[in-house]
Amino acid sequence: MNDMRIVERKVDTNEVKIAAKDVQVFYGDNHAIKDVSVEIEDKTVTAFIGPSGCGKSTFLRCINRMNDTIDVCRVKGDILIDGEDIYDAKVDPVQLRAKVGMVFQKPNPFPKSIYDNVAYGPKIHGLAKNKADLDDIVENALRRGAIWDEVKDRLHAPGTGLSGGQQQRLCIARAVATEPEVLLMDEPCSALDPIATAQVEELIDELRKSYSVVIVTHSMQQAARVSQKTAFFHLGNLVEYGETSNIFTNPVDPRTESYITGRIG
Amino acid sequence: MTDASMTPTDAPKKKSSLMAQDARTRKRNAAETRFRMYGMAAIAVGLLFLVFLFTSILRSGLPAFTQTVVDIEFTLTQEQFDTAESKMLKTGEYQKIFVNALSEQLDARGLDVAFDAKAIQRIVGKPGGTIRSFFLENPDRIGTPVSFELAASSRVDGYFNGRMTRDTLVDSRFLMATDLDLVDALEEAGIIGGAFNWNFITGTDSGVDNPGGAGLGASVIGSFFMMLVVLFLSLPIGVAASIYLEEFAPKNRWTDLIEVNISNLAAVPSIVFGILGLAVFIQFAGFPQSAPLVGGLVLTLMTLPTIIISTRASLAAVPPSIRDAALGVGASKMQSVFHHVLPLAMPGILTGTIIGLAQALGETAPLLLIGMVGFVAREYPETFVGGFTDANSAMPAQIYTWASRADPGFYEKAWGGIIILLLFLITMNAIAVVLRRRFERRW
Repeated sequence: MNDMRIVERKVDTNEVKIAAKDVQVFYGDNHAIKDVSVEIEDKTVTAFIGPSGCGKSTFLRCINRMNDTIDVCRVKGDILIDGEDIYDAKVDPVQLRAKVGMVFQKPNPFPKSIYDNVAYGPKIHGLAKNKADLDDIVENALRRGAIWDEVKDRLHAPGTGLSGGQQQRLCIARAVATEPEVLLMDEPCSALDPIATAQVEELIDELRKSYSVVIVTHSMQQAARVSQKTAFFHLGNLVEYGETSNIFTNPVDPRTESYITGRIG
Repeated sequence: MTDASMTPTDAPKKKSSLMAQDARTRKRNAAETRFRMYGMAAIAVGLLFLVFLFTSILRSGLPAFTQTVVDIEFTLTQEQFDTAESKMLKTGEYQKIFVNALSEQLDARGLDVAFDAKAIQRIVGKPGGTIRSFFLENPDRIGTPVSFELAASSRVDGYFNGRMTRDTLVDSRFLMATDLDLVDALEEAGIIGGAFNWNFITGTDSGVDNPGGAGLGASVIGSFFMMLVVLFLSLPIGVAASIYLEEFAPKNRWTDLIEVNISNLAAVPSIVFGILGLAVFIQFAGFPQSAPLVGGLVLTLMTLPTIIISTRASLAAVPPSIRDAALGVGASKMQSVFHHVLPLAMPGILTGTIIGLAQALGETAPLLLIGMVGFVAREYPETFVGGFTDANSAMPAQIYTWASRADPGFYEKAWGGIIILLLFLITMNAIAVVLRRRFERRW
């Protein structure tokens, strides 16, 4: 197993896509995220790691305002995408979510055909002028989701009939079909077997060329394999953030080191 | 890892064989067997009641679907017609012609029974009027053989259905023991016999003294219009309320209160809705009494909680991941509900609605108070709007009315009405099952 090998990658410094400043999140009285400030770069895979309940998923869901659907959840502080505050009163969360796609922990295709799954987003956003246009968008999205070859002959078969890994890649295709600028992934491989995981990881690396990808993962190997930047969360705090290779080889904070070496978690 | 360091106890372990059950296992197995027996016994008792219910309904109700008729064919000559029309008591004259024809036919078949015109009257009533009006309307049929099917009186009907025997017959002005001899002779001659009683299904209610002519048709129409009102009010209102409460409403004390009260509403006795309907729709709003519209409104109030509860349950059963998926690709809340959640909840909603409707269809108590029970539905509504606003009865109300009438013939009709009502209910439940099968999608 060379999984633990830290890939020596040339890390370009890209421009900042998402900038969070002093973000606080409360679930009722529970202070879930404390003073998190982070700058996430464009065309980079950023991994959020940390033990369960540390707030990494919560923070991820702040970036496309999915937390709005939870009644008791309150968010304070600023999150800027391309310099615009997404929590501004003028921002419509629906419009934001078209720009910030999301892939969930459990593959959740709609109980519709593969084609309809991918076409749904472009349809509701009016991205296709006609049927041929929509066909192109669907094909492109499925190609980018690295699943085109497997499903091109059965586009009208139900999406729920695919295997777990295929379903997750379908969900990724569905997310990229709306042409987002940021792609959020909440433990996208936790329900997948190692082979499907490898395929999805390969895909993530591919997606990096076009998007800013933020991935929450429980697997440190996965963070090491796919990401350029890593953020370590612990008990609602952002403990350490930096180049993935640095975090894994030279952690500054003792908590990071303990987590990586398996002493806390 | 403290478990691994635990040392095994030194006490010698008793050797046990897998081939022999120990006492504890035997006890547990016995308990399980006993529990299964209880379950099977419970199901058997349930089935027994069901069989008992159905046999008693069918036994008592099926005779309502047959009607004893006197089937007689005779020719009226032009001469007879002219003579009868010239008399003062025209129908009486036709009655005589009819009696003569009957006795001729009995003689022709070599059956010798003595009878008088009164006996015929007790058996088939006075069909003179029917015969006269037929020939007045169809003068071209004079001189040709015409066959008449005349309903026998309810007592004769009862004799044929076994509701009454020679032993139980008490001589009265309705039927004498000697009449039964005539009836037997007529049966032998093939003149009197049972026929399927279409009038029971298509006819309207009759007066209290004529159970033979009573039909459920008008009240079926009444029920149909009530169900239209219930369906078109309670489905949209119920589904809209549930979607709002389940998907949009903030969870706070007010929505909790509303929720509790909707559940309470489902348990309110139906007669309460009846008196509410009387007070609000008839006395306050001035809607017509006994109208299916008012019945429908009252039953809507009663059905709403059922629909809301079942709709909310089926909405809540849609996995949240579907909502996340829709929101994640930038669908609005409403798009996510209408494009994804609602289609998945549809089978449950439809089932709930149909079960609510079936419940409303069989409901009698509220109709009691708005005047649908006791109303004698003698006519079909003439127009579509009239179907809602004209006074009418409804199936359960009609059954209740019949059951409370004195003539035992009506008792039989009440059972027959129950059979028709049950057929409707079974059909509706079957539709619910089919719809659920069709719309069911796995996720």
